[in-house]
Amino acid sequence: MGTGVVDGILTGGVYALMAAGLTLIFGVMEVISLAQGIFVILGAYLSYSLETHFGIDLFVGLLITIPALFIIGVGVEWAFLRRLKSQERIAMSILTTYAVFIIIEGILNVVYGTNYFQLHAWYATRSVHLLGMYLPYIYLFGFLLAVGLLGIMFGILYRTRFGASVRAAMQDRTAASLVGVDVRRVATITFGLGTATTAAGGMIYGATNSFDANSAEDLISRLLVIIVLGGLGSIGGALAAGVFMLVVEDVIAVVWSPDWSTVMFFIILVVVLSFRPMGLFGRQAARAQ
Amino acid sequence: MGRNSKRTDVVRRGRSKMRRRAYGASSVALAGGLVLAATGSAGASSTGHKAASGSPVTIGISLSLSGDFSADGLNFQRGYNLWAAYQNARGGLLGHPIKLDIVSDASNPTQVVTNYEDLISLKHVPLILGPFSTLLTTPAQKVAHRFGYAFIAGAAGGPAAFAAKYHNYFDVSVPIVGQLLPFAKWITALPKSVRPTTVAYPTSNDPFTQPMVQAAQAVIQKAGIRTVYSKVFPSEVTDFTPIADAVAASNAQVVVLGSVDVPTISAFMQAFEQAHYSPKVMIATAGPDQGSAFSSAVGVSNTGGIMVPNVWFPGVNNALTHTMDRMYLAKYGGSISQISSDTAEAFSAGNALAAAVAGTKSMSNAKIISYLHSGVTIPTVQGPVKFNSIGQTFGGTFVFQWQHGKFVQVLPVAAKGSAKMIFPKPNWGQGG
Repeated sequence: MGTGVVDGILTGGVYALMAAGLTLIFGVMEVISLAQGIFVILGAYLSYSLETHFGIDLFVGLLITIPALFIIGVGVEWAFLRRLKSQERIAMSILTTYAVFIIIEGILNVVYGTNYFQLHAWYATRSVHLLGMYLPYIYLFGFLLAVGLLGIMFGILYRTRFGASVRAAMQDRTAASLVGVDVRRVATITFGLGTATTAAGGMIYGATNSFDANSAEDLISRLLVIIVLGGLGSIGGALAAGVFMLVVEDVIAVVWSPDWSTVMFFIILVVVLSFRPMGLFGRQAARAQ
Repeated sequence: MGRNSKRTDVVRRGRSKMRRRAYGASSVALAGGLVLAATGSAGASSTGHKAASGSPVTIGISLSLSGDFSADGLNFQRGYNLWAAYQNARGGLLGHPIKLDIVSDASNPTQVVTNYEDLISLKHVPLILGPFSTLLTTPAQKVAHRFGYAFIAGAAGGPAAFAAKYHNYFDVSVPIVGQLLPFAKWITALPKSVRPTTVAYPTSNDPFTQPMVQAAQAVIQKAGIRTVYSKVFPSEVTDFTPIADAVAASNAQVVVLGSVDVPTISAFMQAFEQAHYSPKVMIATAGPDQGSAFSSAVGVSNTGGIMVPNVWFPGVNNALTHTMDRMYLAKYGGSISQISSDTAEAFSAGNALAAAVAGTKSMSNAKIISYLHSGVTIPTVQGPVKFNSIGQTFGGTFVFQWQHGKFVQVLPVAAKGSAKMIFPKPNWGQGG
């Protein structure tokens, strides 16, 4: 059981990082980005290209892939999402981002083909023996990276002027606009930031799973569940929910049966939402119209 | 989230009318083609290949071009395309060049039903071939049966595919349930001094993997080899680490893994390596048979000793296999060890259809079905096939092992072409 808990915490942190970007985007823009899963896979492919063609270490490569995905996110927001009318934003964002998902998936299939890939590094297969358990280095490093990046995100949100603008826009876009916040610019940068987090998530995912362009479909469903459980718009909620989800699944898979691991998680999700419909850390009051 | 292959009503009706006119106008050409085929067939069978030249005959196929089975689906697509090119170079079907109408089912059992309904009732394709996997073929069978179409599949040998005993259904691959038996028999026949004493059976809850693993488990358990882990995991699991860790904690000397794809086995292998656990023997139901898709995902040095059952491999001594291998390399490049068994399965399904059309000199589905049930033996890339009353074929099953970066046949030990097995499996990173 100890192994299940530790595995769950370590992998949950990585999922939380991927989900944090998604929940941030929803909080500011009221956009449900179904493209988040394919951005994770795109991040994995970019890390793969840097590793195989240039010999760049996976973590060092993040210095390139994170800015690259930020730029791609800004581009997608400008090209596809900025034009959505506010009345239909949520519904249309689902369709629009799904279209982006399909486009990127198709491009990846053409460029990289249908073979499965996996990122390789010495820390992807080695582990450290601690407290009677073997803890894989990749999960330890990934967890630390996730905590670090989430910490940076918190710092931006709560220690910078830009972060104050983001929080203002999350509370009330109209009011924020009235006090001089450039809501459109905030939305663009937020989408870029939310997409940039997928570079790190993608690298860890690619180092721990074989992937192809179609791997995104399983990912996005998990990420959506995490942000619903954590509370839409709450980064802390995404972390808590990510860790909680993976711990529940891993412990039940080890102690009871893998067949029940996903089922039990969804039972717990329904119970939590029955008492707290806004999720674990979601805001009680409805957004001002 | 599957892609929809439907077109607008106007285009569908337009194409339907055009197709009816085309069929009416080509009936005379077809009759002439039949005469030519009958008089010319004796000489054209082995040497003078006469290219197909009449109006095309469309064969409808639903394939998993995206989704969980996409790697297999795309290899299947290659197999069907290669078969169509091969057959067209030999006169097509009764002189008509083959045109494949392949639509994607996104690995979705609901979409595959829609696809075959569209292909048959809207596009009016005269013939169809099967999708990939028992999971998708089983719902699609009902559509084919309802419309009376011959339904030949290449990779749908799970028990569920034969449960309804549809008279129009045929699978050119050996039923999967016994595919691990050569392995089970080998392990139980080992001398006691070297025979493993414990086995783990983690398997996905898939109609392909579970019957195979359970059949092998029954044989191995009966021989007194202890089961230390036996659990089923949902096929939608994305984090295999806790399951693999539990297998590693059992310290089983043998792992029989019910996997449907490369990501599953690669996740288990990585978790085993992280847990410093290397079983003496490891076999998976699928994944290692995917050629370079497997070796590039796990790393060639980790492939050593990994086994997988199958009825075919690219180096098998079969004239049709040699032809397909040559065509594959010419079109797609690479090496023959990279050719997936999916490609051979699809090609074989095409072989069976072509033989039935040629044998009946007709594209009538009713006649094709009767012909395939007549006890005729048909040569295919996977070897000769002969169908029983419920569309099963039987033949040899082999076990293959990765050895020094090559995929070789190792079981049955006495079978022609079997190499010496590497036992025990080398440690991780030392098998390249």
